[in-house]
Amino acid sequence: MQWEVVIGLETHAQLSTNSKIFSGASTAFGAAPNVQACAVDLALPGVLPVLNKGAVERAVKFGLAIGAKINRKSIFARKNYFYPDLPKGYQISQFELPIVAEGELTVQLPDYEKTVRITRAHLEEDAGKSLHEDFHGMTGIDLNRAGTPLLEIVSEPDMRSAQEAVAYAKALHSLVRWIGICDGNMQEGSFRCDANVSVRPKGQEAFGTRCEIKNLNSFKFLEKAIEYEVRRQIELIEDGGTVVQETRLYDPDRDETRSMRSKEEANDYRYFPDPDLLPLVVDEAFLDQARTGLPELPQAMRERFMGDYALPAYDAGVLTSSREMAAYFEDTAKAFGGEAKIAANWIMGDLSAALNKDGKDLADSPISSALLAGLLKRIADGTISGKIAKEVFAAMWAGEGDADAIIEARGLKQVSDAGAIEKIVDDILAANPAQVAEYRAGKDKVFGFFVGQAMKASKGKANPAQLNDILKKKLAG
Amino acid sequence: MLNASLKQLSALLADGKVSSVELTQTFLDRIEQLNPSLNAFITVDREKSLAQAKTADELRAKGGACPLTGIPVAQKDIFCAQGWLTTCGSKMLHNFVSPYDAHVIEQFNRAGAVNLGKTNMDEFAMGSSNETSYHGKVKNPWNQETVPGGSSGGSAAAVAARLAPAATGTDTGGSIRQPAALTGITGLKPTYGVVSRYGMIAFASSLDQGGPMAKSAEDCALLLNAMAGFDSRDSTSLEREKEDYARDLAQPLQGLKIGLPKEFFAEGLSADVAQRVEEAIAEYRKLGAETVEVSLPNSKLAIPVYYVLAPAEASSNLSRFDGVRYGHRAPEYTDLLDMYCKTRAQGFGSEVKRRIMIGTYVLSHGYYDAYYLQAQKLRRLIAQDFVEAFKHCDVIMGPTAPSTAFKIGEKSDDPVSMYLSDIYTIAVNLAGLPGMSVPCGFGGNGLPVGLQIIGNYFSEAKMLNVAHQYQQATDWHTRMPEGI
Repeated sequence: MQWEVVIGLETHAQLSTNSKIFSGASTAFGAAPNVQACAVDLALPGVLPVLNKGAVERAVKFGLAIGAKINRKSIFARKNYFYPDLPKGYQISQFELPIVAEGELTVQLPDYEKTVRITRAHLEEDAGKSLHEDFHGMTGIDLNRAGTPLLEIVSEPDMRSAQEAVAYAKALHSLVRWIGICDGNMQEGSFRCDANVSVRPKGQEAFGTRCEIKNLNSFKFLEKAIEYEVRRQIELIEDGGTVVQETRLYDPDRDETRSMRSKEEANDYRYFPDPDLLPLVVDEAFLDQARTGLPELPQAMRERFMGDYALPAYDAGVLTSSREMAAYFEDTAKAFGGEAKIAANWIMGDLSAALNKDGKDLADSPISSALLAGLLKRIADGTISGKIAKEVFAAMWAGEGDADAIIEARGLKQVSDAGAIEKIVDDILAANPAQVAEYRAGKDKVFGFFVGQAMKASKGKANPAQLNDILKKKLAG
Repeated sequence: MLNASLKQLSALLADGKVSSVELTQTFLDRIEQLNPSLNAFITVDREKSLAQAKTADELRAKGGACPLTGIPVAQKDIFCAQGWLTTCGSKMLHNFVSPYDAHVIEQFNRAGAVNLGKTNMDEFAMGSSNETSYHGKVKNPWNQETVPGGSSGGSAAAVAARLAPAATGTDTGGSIRQPAALTGITGLKPTYGVVSRYGMIAFASSLDQGGPMAKSAEDCALLLNAMAGFDSRDSTSLEREKEDYARDLAQPLQGLKIGLPKEFFAEGLSADVAQRVEEAIAEYRKLGAETVEVSLPNSKLAIPVYYVLAPAEASSNLSRFDGVRYGHRAPEYTDLLDMYCKTRAQGFGSEVKRRIMIGTYVLSHGYYDAYYLQAQKLRRLIAQDFVEAFKHCDVIMGPTAPSTAFKIGEKSDDPVSMYLSDIYTIAVNLAGLPGMSVPCGFGGNGLPVGLQIIGNYFSEAKMLNVAHQYQQATDWHTRMPEGI
């Protein structure tokens, strides 16, 4: 039987506010346990939550960025359950009326484009952490994370493969960083995904029973967990079994998902509107402010790059994968002034490779956009050949200065003096009479041999176009 | 001095006729003498109170005094006070020393008032008789076989027995007004949002409101001046201009329109309470007021609505008492679930457990719509009744409680009958309106009767004026239990 995979993602993006969503305590990562938990975070008797406006602003920005409906009035609700790292015994979240509803995100896949609908995005607080090691059989509680603002982004079950799910997650990850609402640090848990996965016979409309997979803190784990889960469900059904609705945990060490709790064991969260918080009202002025604070969005920028710089869709997509990348490209292209596609090629090729190799971020690149543009100019004006440019690039990467300085210091200037090139060509033809005869007998391939010899003799500096012309002329005799 | 008003005490302090230390000492001595029988206080800390009194005297000497500087005020044990045991009447918090001050406590500290001690209360403010306190029952000073009402029964008994010149209370369904009525004192529950709930241990967040309990309306006005005001730490606190609640006390009542809801004078109201309330209204007519019949047709739903909404909120509010971070934790347990179960089974009393169970039930999947949502809809209807009524009158009057103080134990096994003691007060909380209770005589058994005054939103100054003018014409509020 042919199976179709159905995936929906729930993503928690930690909002990049300095203080917590309902208290003034710091959200900085990595402090000693419990030093960033104030009376409100500790849920002392009598304390009350006060909403952080910065969190609301970020949620609204996200909503605007995905073309969503911003609910002018949304409601905070309490999600009640007991756990030692949940100090109040309830999590303040949004249930019936979230701040963001009905948006969509367009995702680039290698061969096609896909629009994933986003059901909703709501504000909520994070819980603390339970530490089970080093406490001699007891559990330690660290409430530094308790009250950290989260935006939970829920997609429709629109994805049909692990690849699509990963592409969506990556696009979302890129977007939240792009608009500056989340640092996207997956290791620190600033961006985490849960996947709802089900399978159904191809052509069937009704969804199969889904399982929710938790603990997916990297794109790789997301992909592997979904792939495993899909295999598990298909094998289960094909063996005559049925999928049970449950929550499963992904174990990256064993590359498998394991049952955490079934639907029957699930908590009844007893959601109800939090009487400590008034309905959250977003007015026109607030909306305008958020809109003004939004940078040009990747989708728009991508289209602009295709138009303004005549870039192919693929290049425009890669170059708008982050704001830093887009800015780097645009700065380079402007400073260069030549054909933008050349700048794109260098950024997506040599620069990206060098960054990858050294494990560096674009922000830490030793070659700034101005430096790269300087190099491109020297290629365009014929000072150096594309081949020599690679040497100059490597020297720039090593911090030897700008392109002109390196070309000068290393004497890499292209030889465009016809007399000098003719001299080289004459010497080579004289030294290789057999090859000359072969060429003249109709063996065109030998031409490449002469080019190679001439380049070698000029230490790569001969202007390739000029060299070609002269060679052809001389060989023609 | 025991019967002196706050204004008089303030004058004595200002004139140097008495120091705050002396004043505080006097009340502390009286507490030491009478509290063993009345049990109005959970915590008394001479040293702390006297240190505050000394500071107040110094402040006064430097010329920085305001009307409440040096005045001892008893604080309901629901308000967190830094360095003070704050138990909320529960075993669950029997060892909880608050590391911070509630807004109300801060305000009194800022005014230079002295914290005279923490008063007894029904556990987590759940009760109408002060019998549910982990720290034992409070006795009504008028007759120690009867209850003082609840949940602010400790504060009420303390003021009635003159163990304190004034006290604070909180009112979720009548917890200031009903004990005030049952002990013959004056108590005011302000409009929801006027007094910050920050640091006031939550029972039912959408209904809880702190307020003053004192011997007179004038005293209440002075206390409310200190307690009220915007607090950014409470999102339901209302951002309004600071007002002087005593500004209208002296206004004559000529032309005042009093609405009398027919539903408040119907079945269930004891004959002598009805009679005292009618006499009080007659007194108002003498002062120039007119009366008009109004109707609150949905008020009969107030008790069932309240007993869905308040427990729902309480069941969630009380989840933080889990033995993990502070308060009681069961000494022995096998695992996490066992720790939760034993801690909460041991830490909470039966009335609290009953309400947690009711609240959990009404919020449960499949019942939420039928109970919680339905109750919310009815709550709006109840509030709407008042909006209609206030089109025809300035204040609404009626009894505070259906009877005078009942015997200790009389209703403890019959929760529904106990819940009915708040039948006239609960609708006011549901509507978020201000309400007060003013002593208006005694029943045949010699126990005090309270007149309830309900005002429109933010009309506290008017209500205090209405109460004060009555107290200028009568002396019920000056009566004091015999033998105390």
